[in-house]
Amino acid sequence: MTAALATHRGDGLPGALAHDAPPPAPVRRGRERSFDEPPRWQIYLPLGIYLVFTLVPFYWMFLFAVRPAGSTSLVPWPMTGEHFSKVWNERSFALFFQNSMIVGVCTLLATTLVALAGGYALARFDFKIKNLFMLALLCSQFIPGALMLVPLFEIFKNLQMINSLGSVIIAETVFQLPLSIILISGFIKNVPVTLEEAAWVDGCSRFHAFRAVVLPLLRPGLIAVGSFAFVHSWNHFLFALMFLSEQDKQTIPVGLNTLIGADSVDLGALAAGGVIAAVPVVIVFAFIQKWLITGFSAGAVKG
Amino acid sequence: MAQTAAVAKEPKVPRRRSANPRTLPYLLIAPAVLLMLGFIAYPVASVFYYSLQNYNVTKPWRNGFAGLDNFTRIFTEDDQFWTTLGFSAQWVVTQVSLQLLLGLALALIVNQSFIGRGVSRAMVFSPWAVSGVLTSTIWILLYNSSTGFSRYLADAGIGDYGTSVLSDTGTVFWAATVAELWRGVPFFAILILADLQSVSKELYEAAAVDGAGRIRQFFSITLPHLRDAIILSTLLRAVWEFNNVDLLYTLTGGGPAGVTTTLPLYVANTGIEGHDFGYASALTTVAFVILLFCSIVYLRLSKFGGDHK
Repeated sequence: MTAALATHRGDGLPGALAHDAPPPAPVRRGRERSFDEPPRWQIYLPLGIYLVFTLVPFYWMFLFAVRPAGSTSLVPWPMTGEHFSKVWNERSFALFFQNSMIVGVCTLLATTLVALAGGYALARFDFKIKNLFMLALLCSQFIPGALMLVPLFEIFKNLQMINSLGSVIIAETVFQLPLSIILISGFIKNVPVTLEEAAWVDGCSRFHAFRAVVLPLLRPGLIAVGSFAFVHSWNHFLFALMFLSEQDKQTIPVGLNTLIGADSVDLGALAAGGVIAAVPVVIVFAFIQKWLITGFSAGAVKG
Repeated sequence: MAQTAAVAKEPKVPRRRSANPRTLPYLLIAPAVLLMLGFIAYPVASVFYYSLQNYNVTKPWRNGFAGLDNFTRIFTEDDQFWTTLGFSAQWVVTQVSLQLLLGLALALIVNQSFIGRGVSRAMVFSPWAVSGVLTSTIWILLYNSSTGFSRYLADAGIGDYGTSVLSDTGTVFWAATVAELWRGVPFFAILILADLQSVSKELYEAAAVDGAGRIRQFFSITLPHLRDAIILSTLLRAVWEFNNVDLLYTLTGGGPAGVTTTLPLYVANTGIEGHDFGYASALTTVAFVILLFCSIVYLRLSKFGGDHK
């Protein structure tokens, strides 16, 4: 996409056109403007309105988190860290943060590895149960995770994994897998099989060829899938709520829910907890958002 | 790199070539299949099984085979099933149609080239990464009657002090809808923007030469191109909105007076708080069948994957 954009922008530059091929330039530019460039206000006005709708809630949370208790100021000044130190220390968010990190990173690793294997099989082999496997992946999208809580709880109780982060990691991985496999197999299909075959001819084993040739090309796709898995498990609430009843095992969303449900809601502490919950996903999002569009167009719809 | 590999791996080649191709795909999908069998298929099967049982840990003396009793109870005695199903339908239709319309508009806007496009994209898409609980947190801060947005509006002379939109049965639906839209619109915007990248520029140029205006181009080129992506994403989103309980559970708790209780919330209450797992399983089964039926009808009616492209 970046390349396409660059070319497109290049076309718009008079200098580049004049250098390249002067005669068709005016015609081309005229046409492009007619379909590609509506009046500026038709872009900036609706975009501005939507940006306000998107950003004011974030600003509101930030404002409540940093202004002193009792203040009604609409500017975040003077700032205070009292709410942060309160949720971080007294409300155990330090511990919740650590637990959420463990769950998020383990889910990321498990999902990516298992989905990579499954996606490779779907993309590169024909085997008997392939269609059945695909169907199962698609059908699993219809299964409501919330309605599987009770049977899953019984399974983890039998495995003696209640109150262990492992139960949440497994549950998150399992429900993240189907979509990840479909996405990754789409990405692998986009890597020409001839590249791998060339490596086999050079004497590489299948695994070695995969690691040396396919894996580097899969980087954007793996980043997309891994980030989905991390963000999803970082955000997910119900499994942690159900399977982790001991307070020192809980995760950030459960901690937030406790703050919401407190008898008299401490809004400053709640806002600070929200900011803590938002920081990692905002970082991950900032990191992946340029891959997001290409990732989807390459893998999801065409897969 | 290839050369060193050739030297190092030479002896292994014959063995791998002969052994792999048959069994390798099965080995590769084995971890995924085992996990899904154990933690998706088995729970689903047990839900189907328990839907035919009386199973309530607080009333163990009644446990046992129930036949279709649970299902008869749903369709003949249970008013709450119909109310919550009705609310779920209202919720899903409102969310998916508004998210699609706004997401489509947003995608078309940020697909233009203008100054600040990258930053704008990042900002308008950012609620996509926010969880249901965090969305609830943010909107509770906004809706709060004493320090929220309404207080500042009241200061400016609009509305009354002390109104909480979340505790009024008349306003709670739209209050929850706006909060869910806030984080739901970017999903459609991202998917549609991704699909817009693959529309061929020549089509627009040809249409422009033939004198088609921007609106005509949208309906004749863009919309047909997006057709399959829209059908698929609306379906996935509808299922997701139906099943997801995070936001309503934390924002309204299904209240006030139960007016925002969706069917999955009702099921969760029945099974987890009411301990009536047999009946909750029957409700789950019914919900699953309704979902599957609606999806098939939707795909048929919309002629997904037809010859429209």
